[in-house]
Amino acid sequence: MDPRRLSIGLIWLLALAGLLDGCTSARPGPIVLQFWAMGQEGRVAAQLVRGFERENPGIRVEVQQLPWAAAHAKLLTAYAGDSTPDVAQMGNTWIPEMAALRALTPLQPYISRSRVVSPTDYFPGIWRGNVIGGRVYGIPWYVDTRLIFYRKDILAAAGFSQPPASWADWTRMMAAIKAQARPGQWAALLPLNEFEQLVSLSLEEPGSFLRDHDQYGNFQSPRFEQALRFYVELFRQGYAPRVDDTQIASVPMEFARGHFAFYVSGPWMIREFATQMPKAVQRDWATAPLPGPTGGNSNTGIAGGASLVIFRNSRHKAAAWKLIEYLSRPAVQDQFHRLTGDLPPRRASWSQPDIAGNRFAVAFRSQLERVRAVPRIAEYEQIVREMQTIAARAAWGDLSVEQAAKLMDRKANAILAKRRWMIAHGRLPP
Amino acid sequence: MKSDQRIAGWIFVAPALAVISVFFLVPVILAAGLSLTDFDLYALGSLKNLQFVGLDNYVAVLRMGLFWRALGNTLYFVVAGVPLSVAAATGAALLVHSRLARWRGFFRLALFTPVVTNLVAVAVIWKYLFEKRYGIVNYVMALFGLHPIDWLGSPRLAMPTIILFATWKNFGYAMIIVLAGLQAIPEELYEAARLDGAGSWTQLRHITLPLLGPTLMTVGLLTMVGYFQLFAEPYVITEGGPLQSTLSVLYLMYNQGFDWWNLGLASAIAFVLFSLTLAATGVLVHAGRRRGWV
Repeated sequence: MDPRRLSIGLIWLLALAGLLDGCTSARPGPIVLQFWAMGQEGRVAAQLVRGFERENPGIRVEVQQLPWAAAHAKLLTAYAGDSTPDVAQMGNTWIPEMAALRALTPLQPYISRSRVVSPTDYFPGIWRGNVIGGRVYGIPWYVDTRLIFYRKDILAAAGFSQPPASWADWTRMMAAIKAQARPGQWAALLPLNEFEQLVSLSLEEPGSFLRDHDQYGNFQSPRFEQALRFYVELFRQGYAPRVDDTQIASVPMEFARGHFAFYVSGPWMIREFATQMPKAVQRDWATAPLPGPTGGNSNTGIAGGASLVIFRNSRHKAAAWKLIEYLSRPAVQDQFHRLTGDLPPRRASWSQPDIAGNRFAVAFRSQLERVRAVPRIAEYEQIVREMQTIAARAAWGDLSVEQAAKLMDRKANAILAKRRWMIAHGRLPP
Repeated sequence: MKSDQRIAGWIFVAPALAVISVFFLVPVILAAGLSLTDFDLYALGSLKNLQFVGLDNYVAVLRMGLFWRALGNTLYFVVAGVPLSVAAATGAALLVHSRLARWRGFFRLALFTPVVTNLVAVAVIWKYLFEKRYGIVNYVMALFGLHPIDWLGSPRLAMPTIILFATWKNFGYAMIIVLAGLQAIPEELYEAARLDGAGSWTQLRHITLPLLGPTLMTVGLLTMVGYFQLFAEPYVITEGGPLQSTLSVLYLMYNQGFDWWNLGLASAIAFVLFSLTLAATGVLVHAGRRRGWV
């Protein structure tokens, strides 16, 4: 084709496209909200927002479902490429990172005017995880905390009628179970590549594993070392197998066969166990709060879960807030629980019929009142992953507990170098 | 050459040059620049938080225990995996090439199939085959009275299992190249050797292997460069575990770059890996040149 004619044709095409574009933006159509949700929440989000769209005919919600494994990279890429959504579900350990990027809208003005979202109704540890530098960046959507799933029949066979309340109890039970175990049978399962278990155990100890406004590691504190020692001993005594979760084909199947009596995990396992284990063992398992170091009320737990956030670049913040309010209603949260098994973050929702009738959720309810937020800094996940890598080496016997704690401090201090620099130069509030 | 001819030449290569510079040269230069900064999450938020750090990232990489661990694992994979793959490829090619073999087309296809199957899918299948409690490999071993082995769960055996997997997955490609090399060897040489009374072993040693030299060299180089970039196998099968025994240099780079957004450090790791691959290639090429294989 003659190049001149080609270029003229192209110009026409561009002009036409511009014209069409102008047409669509000029027409006052419905507001379209982009809503990103992950994993199984993403699968049911489209169903949940239908009720919202019925109530608000002027707003349409486009749900995009992201797989958890790719979500973090996608959010950061979207931020770098200026294509963030209006509303997103966000794992609450990611909020500090997104807040440090100044990608999120502070929600305080919306909350103070809201009649649905009342901060005092939320479990305090969960709410605090969304407050960074005095500003609220997310509204908790569902919560998770790690506690124990256990086999009542195996405990009874070992001579115990109650789940453990203290670490000493727990050790005694595991020793008794291990003593009468067949080969290939263990007392507990805590996959060595998951950091949440050790974090949960160490949060039970008052005091955090970071110090001086989260600028340095505090892993060599006696309290953390006590938790680490308890954790490492589980493996050294042979109570728990040294395995990663990639090596376990199916946890419900192994749990059903009695290959372990205790499993430390989160609320999503309720549904997994209820649907994937044979009927014969359904009466033999239960949940219990994570034992505390000294029993009584010394137990707490990690405050996990996900929140709903509004991105700073959103052009429909008011509509986005409406959606968050809708998803925060107790009745909608009960519907959400029914669809996913996720646990609601506010007390009002726990009296709804579906959640109140779930006997496995009761243990979570009592632990949620006492959960603690993890350090709210962008480097959190990197630090705890390093921590877990080192803890696994200690569990294998490569390092002593003291050496491991020292190494954790060194790694954490190196990871936090930039944060210290930012604080020293006044670019980040401590 | 006339000048308008030269211009025409440039016009013809221009599209290729443009693609190479946009998708290769420019990113490489940018990455080199990035490796001299502390580009991280804070710098992503505001470029004011970016510092020029000179060679600090490279020093940090060389002082990082995990890097040496990953490098050790990668070298293990290369040193054990490349000879194994090349040997398997040569052996299979000889068998498939042999005039005594029947069903040659079928075997060629069967041995080449792993190359074109989806890596993730077959990796998942291997994971099940080598499962400690329910895997078929341990089941078969038990039939012979052998104790079950924790193939992927033991820090000592996970890498050998991955090497086995990678060899099985990749040798078919090398086999096709070696087969082409075998077919290029003139039949007269074998005839002459037979007249001189050479047996099949002598023919293999003194005709086939020497004439196959350049082909084996190419295959070895290609396999080595590929194996230095070990990533997908441990990513799918072991996630780098147990105890980082299958963590590769590229996996470490991925962790630093895309999990933690430490792009400065990740770029430095990429350049260190690049120089190592280049050096290893240089050594191999030098050795091959002395024998006249390159």
